[in-house]
Amino acid sequence: MTVESTAAARKPRRASKRTSAAKKPQSAEPQLVQLLTPEGERVEHPDYSIDLSAEELRGLYRDMVLTRRFDAEATALQRQGELGLWASLLGQEAAQIGSGRALRDDDYVFPTYREHGVAWCRGVDPTNLLGMFRGVNHGGWDPNSNNFHLYTIVIGSQTLHATGYAMGVAKDGADSAVIAYFGDGASSQGDVAESFTFSAVYNAPVVFFCQNNQWAISEPTERQTRVPLYQRAQGFGFPGVRVDGNDVLACLAVTRSALERARRGEGPTLVEAFTYRMGAHTTSDDPTKYRADEERAAWEAKDPILRLRTYLEKAGHADEAFFTALDEESETLGKRVREAVRAMPDPEPMALFEHAYADGNSLVDEERAQFAAYQASFADSAEEGK
Amino acid sequence: MAVEKMSIAKALNESLRLALDTDPKVLIMGEDVGKLGGVFRITDGLQKDFGEDRVIDTPLAESGIVGTAIGLALRGYRPIVEIQFDGFVFPAYDQIVTQLAKMHARALGKVKLPVVVRIPYGGGIGAVEHHSESPEALFAHVAGLKVVSPSNASDAYWMMQQAVQSDDPVIFFEPKRRYWDKGEVDTESIPGPLHKAVTAREGSDLTLVAYGPMVKVCLEAAAAAQEEGKSIEVLDLRSMAPIDFDAIQKSAEKTGRVVVVHEAPVFYGSGAEIAARITERCFYHLEAPVLRVGGYSVPYPPARLEDEYLPGLDRVLDAVDRSLAF
Repeated sequence: MTVESTAAARKPRRASKRTSAAKKPQSAEPQLVQLLTPEGERVEHPDYSIDLSAEELRGLYRDMVLTRRFDAEATALQRQGELGLWASLLGQEAAQIGSGRALRDDDYVFPTYREHGVAWCRGVDPTNLLGMFRGVNHGGWDPNSNNFHLYTIVIGSQTLHATGYAMGVAKDGADSAVIAYFGDGASSQGDVAESFTFSAVYNAPVVFFCQNNQWAISEPTERQTRVPLYQRAQGFGFPGVRVDGNDVLACLAVTRSALERARRGEGPTLVEAFTYRMGAHTTSDDPTKYRADEERAAWEAKDPILRLRTYLEKAGHADEAFFTALDEESETLGKRVREAVRAMPDPEPMALFEHAYADGNSLVDEERAQFAAYQASFADSAEEGK
Repeated sequence: MAVEKMSIAKALNESLRLALDTDPKVLIMGEDVGKLGGVFRITDGLQKDFGEDRVIDTPLAESGIVGTAIGLALRGYRPIVEIQFDGFVFPAYDQIVTQLAKMHARALGKVKLPVVVRIPYGGGIGAVEHHSESPEALFAHVAGLKVVSPSNASDAYWMMQQAVQSDDPVIFFEPKRRYWDKGEVDTESIPGPLHKAVTAREGSDLTLVAYGPMVKVCLEAAAAAQEEGKSIEVLDLRSMAPIDFDAIQKSAEKTGRVVVVHEAPVFYGSGAEIAARITERCFYHLEAPVLRVGGYSVPYPPARLEDEYLPGLDRVLDAVDRSLAF
């Protein structure tokens, strides 16, 4: 059991007052692992420490800045009609970069549809992520090239895939670990509960990384749970820990520790990264309908990028030239993504029939032939018209 | 000895044993499949011989069973999962339909999902609720899945081998009331393709199309009709997705009359699909409309009523008479 869950267990918060428990969740004042305060101060934690070089710190900063720039470009591309939809990660950069940089190459990631920062850490080309949002494919990257599975849209389903994959890792005798991303909304799904059960009873080397960004579209976390989410792990028999999801150092340290635990054969860990979805759920959403500006403003003061910049500057780990160069790199990335998306062709019509089955299927073969003949009939009539 | 007489249950057991023995990546997962050997003993003795690491008793959570099987398949394993009864598959329906069926296509062919989902199905065993259903159409309708059902011991043995070797997910419906029916299995003969239909009995006046547990009923109906001088052909489909429409067409063109028989409700059942395809492919060969015999549009009844619900010899012969009288 972690320090956090022990502390929480010691201090039950007026559970007898039903109205206060229902209205004001315990998660309002989370006890969380923090190594870098919102003001950019380095602080120590008894269980989690981290010692990074200036170069590594700059690397984390660069990852977050470029991810945010890519994300902003994708949002703009949606507004310009180049993408059908975009799910922004704005505000969650630290949770994703911190956890993503804790992974080894041989570890395997099962993301939701918002893990653009993790994809970045895995070396998935950002333009590859945009195919599904443009509507030219349903993902389409090779999951095994970067050990980064396809985005999963139905929430929570991938936690079971991650658990099964981790069971396979253990069977193989490998010391890789698997990480499953999901959110506060998905925590209510049966599949997530089942993945906790399976991973616990088989002692699977998996880390459940829950980004609690406070909102599942329009529903606040207290619509999903009455206890802090990390505490759910306790009932399944493995540790849970809440980390400041806007603190990239803490996210890195806590995820690294959980992954090491998995590698040592000690089973799953639930990490709840306490963060905030600064933007809309997707470009189709309107958060002004359900949440107050003040809430967003309060979280803006906890911005993950700003606090690391403050620290880098104060500690003398980065100079003006670094920030200027990074600005230029960001713009180059934005331009590259923009051009790549605009040049992304629609699939050929016959692509409809590709890959439905690995071993082929007589029904699909028949329909493909019929469709090809139908397509060809237009060519004939065009000829006749001449 | 290559040819042995054995029950469908034994044939499945032997086939699973061979699969485990041949490929170290093959796993068996399910509720009670280990020490107990499954509630129908289909996996009897397999955990003892192959270990708990390969024949895995799972938590009682069907979505979890299929969802983790998907993850294991992504890691390179070939899981064969058992759903204990037909009516228990629905907690896993989301993982099967939304994830298992589509993942290969979503990845543009970059990953394969060689998962076999075994489901004992159908009625006629006097069971309580949720133990007698025939949900094959609910899976056959889903692109990305293959759906098969053997009717005899030889097919049980060989179709299971082929299903395990398939790189696509296969829903393997086992006719539970026929588990103890015996037949000859030639473990060295080279079988035909998994998705081809087989003529179970030659005839010239009418074709009965069936699969799984209804093949036996249709063969009995054909024998009874023979005594009245009617020559009935019986086509054992074996595969419900894809369906061997070429074989159906050939037989329909020969006899001109087709009756499709299945336990599942007639409404939106496989019989509807077969009837539509026959009219598209060989309308002018037909002497009568394609008729269907199957379950009614009501929830599966209590055991003491199931004989009224399930197509039996008399209901099949009644349809044969109606077709011939047309």
